Amino acid sequence: MKDPLDKTADATPPSAPAPELIKAIPVRHYGRYVAAAVVLTLLALFANAVANADLRWASVGDFFFDDQILEGVKNTIVVSVLAMLMGLVLGIVLAVMRMSKNPVTTTVAWGYIWFFRGTPVYVQLLLWFNLALIFPILNLGPIYKDEMTDVMTPFMAALLGLGLNEAAYMAEICRAGIQSVDEGQTEASHALGMTNAQNMRRIVLPQAMRVIVPPTGNEFINLLKTSSLCAVVMYEETLRKAQNIGNNSGAVVELLLVATLWYLLITTVFSIGQYYLERRYARGTSRQLPPTPWQRIRRNLFTVGRGTGSEVRGA
Amino acid sequence: MTAMVKAEAVHKYFGHVQVLKGIDLEVRAGEVFCIVGPSGSGKSTFLRCINHLEQINAGRLYVDGTLVGYREKHGKLYELRDREVAAQRRDIGMVFQRFNLFPHMTARENVMEAPVQVKGTSKREARDRADQLLDRVGLGDKRDGYPAQLSGGQQQRVAIARALAMDPKLMLFDEPTSALDPELVGEVLDVMRDLAQDGMTMVVVTHEMGFAREVGDSLVFMDDGVVVESGSPRQVLSDPQHERTKSFLSKVL
Repeated sequence: MKDPLDKTADATPPSAPAPELIKAIPVRHYGRYVAAAVVLTLLALFANAVANADLRWASVGDFFFDDQILEGVKNTIVVSVLAMLMGLVLGIVLAVMRMSKNPVTTTVAWGYIWFFRGTPVYVQLLLWFNLALIFPILNLGPIYKDEMTDVMTPFMAALLGLGLNEAAYMAEICRAGIQSVDEGQTEASHALGMTNAQNMRRIVLPQAMRVIVPPTGNEFINLLKTSSLCAVVMYEETLRKAQNIGNNSGAVVELLLVATLWYLLITTVFSIGQYYLERRYARGTSRQLPPTPWQRIRRNLFTVGRGTGSEVRGA
Repeated sequence: MTAMVKAEAVHKYFGHVQVLKGIDLEVRAGEVFCIVGPSGSGKSTFLRCINHLEQINAGRLYVDGTLVGYREKHGKLYELRDREVAAQRRDIGMVFQRFNLFPHMTARENVMEAPVQVKGTSKREARDRADQLLDRVGLGDKRDGYPAQLSGGQQQRVAIARALAMDPKLMLFDEPTSALDPELVGEVLDVMRDLAQDGMTMVVVTHEMGFAREVGDSLVFMDDGVVVESGSPRQVLSDPQHERTKSFLSKVL
C-alpha cells in the first residue's frame, strides 16, 4: 500500500547508483603536535621533580587514615554542613526581606549583605572568636546569661563566622532564583485562588530551585575549602589536625598532602551529589534528560543479559 | 437572567496612562461574551480586572453580585486581604495567552494542584477528576507529560482543564489562541465550543472573529479604553455602525 501523499519514497529512487565518496587528504594540524609535545615535556619535568623530591610517600599513606585526621575531616564536614544550613535558612529570610515592600526590612537586608560580603571571612572569624574581649558576659535578659568565653567556643566562632557570611551570598542567590521565575506563573496560581504563601511554596520556589541549586553547590564546595580558615580560631578541622601532626612529626608537607587529598575527596563526593540534585530540579525543563553514569552502567548490564552483548562475546 | 459580571464606569490607570476610560457592561449567566478590538485597546486589562489581577482605580466591578477586590461598608471601600482575594478568585477560571502551565508538574499534577491546595480535595479524588477533565479536552494519553513535552495547543487544553478543575462559575479567556500555530487553533476552539454548549459563562478576549460569530452570544468592540459598540456578534461583525469598528473589522476579516 502506497500513500499518495508520501513523497519520501520518491525522494531516493532505489535505482540511483551509490555516489562516490570523497577521499580527501585531511589538513595536518602541526600546531597541535607541537603543543602536545610541549605540554607533555613540562609534565614529565614536573613528575621527575616530584619523584626526586625529599618526600616520604609512606607517611602520606600512614597518616591518611590517622584517627586525628579522620576526626578533623569529620569536623570539617560538620561545620560546613551546619554553616551551609544556617546560610540557606538565613539567606532565604534575607532574600524575602530584600524583596518585600517594607522599606525597613529591605534596607536592613541590604545592609547585612553589604557588610558580610564586603569584609573578608578571615576577619569575621577573628572578630567572632575575640568577641569576649569587648563583651565579657553574654546577657540575653531573662533567657540566658553566661561568660562569653564559655559560649564562643572555637566551634561556635567557626559556625557563626562561616554561616553568617554564607547567608549574605545565599541571599543574593535565592533572590536571583526567585526573580528568574516568570511572572505568569504567579498570575496563574493567583487566578486559581492560591494565596501568596501557597504560590511561593508550591509554584515559585520549586522552579527557583533550578536556578538556586547549581550556585549553591558551588557555594558549599567553596565553604568546605574556606572552612580550613577556621584553623585560626583553634577549630580542630582537617588542616589544623594535619598541621599539628606535621609539626610534631616533622612531616610537614606530607601531612599537607594528606589534607589536600582529603579536601579533593570530599569536594568530589559532594560534586557528584550536586549533579543528581540538579537533575531532580531540572524535571520538566528539557524533553529528555541524558542518562546518569549509573543508568548507563545498568542499561549496559541489562542489554548484555538480553543477549545483544553475548553475540559479541560468543564471536 | 442575572448578571454574572457587571462593570460600572470602570477606570484603570497605569501611572499617568489611562487604559480603561469608563467601561460599563453586563455579562449574563450562561452566555459567551466576546471582547474584540485592536491591541492596546484595554481589553486584556479589563479581563484581568475581573479577577483582580489588576486593581481598578474608579468605578465598580461585580462578579455574581459581589464587589471584586473590595468590601464596601458605611460608604467606604476597604481593600480585601490576600486570603480574601484568593477566595474570590476560586470561582473564576482564567486561561492565558501564554498558557502559564506549571512547568515542574505533569499535566495531571497541573490540574490537581488547585483543588488539592486551595479546596483541600483529597489527592485520590483530585486525580480522578483530573483524569476525567484531561479526557474531556482530549488529552487522556498525555496526563503524565510535562508541559515542555506538549504542543502549544495541548498545553492550552491542559490549561483549560486546570481552570475547570476548580468548578468555576465564570471562565475568562485572554486571547487563548493568539500564541498558537495556525493549525493548532482549531483544537482549542473546539474545547471552548464544547464548554459553551455546556452552559459555562465565558468572557473571551479574542481575535478569532469566526469563533465569536459562531459561538458568542454577545460581543463588544473596544478601542482606546472605551466600549465603542456592542450587540450580538452577528450584528456587530456584519453591520458595524461606528467608523472605528468598520476600519478595525476591514483589517482583520
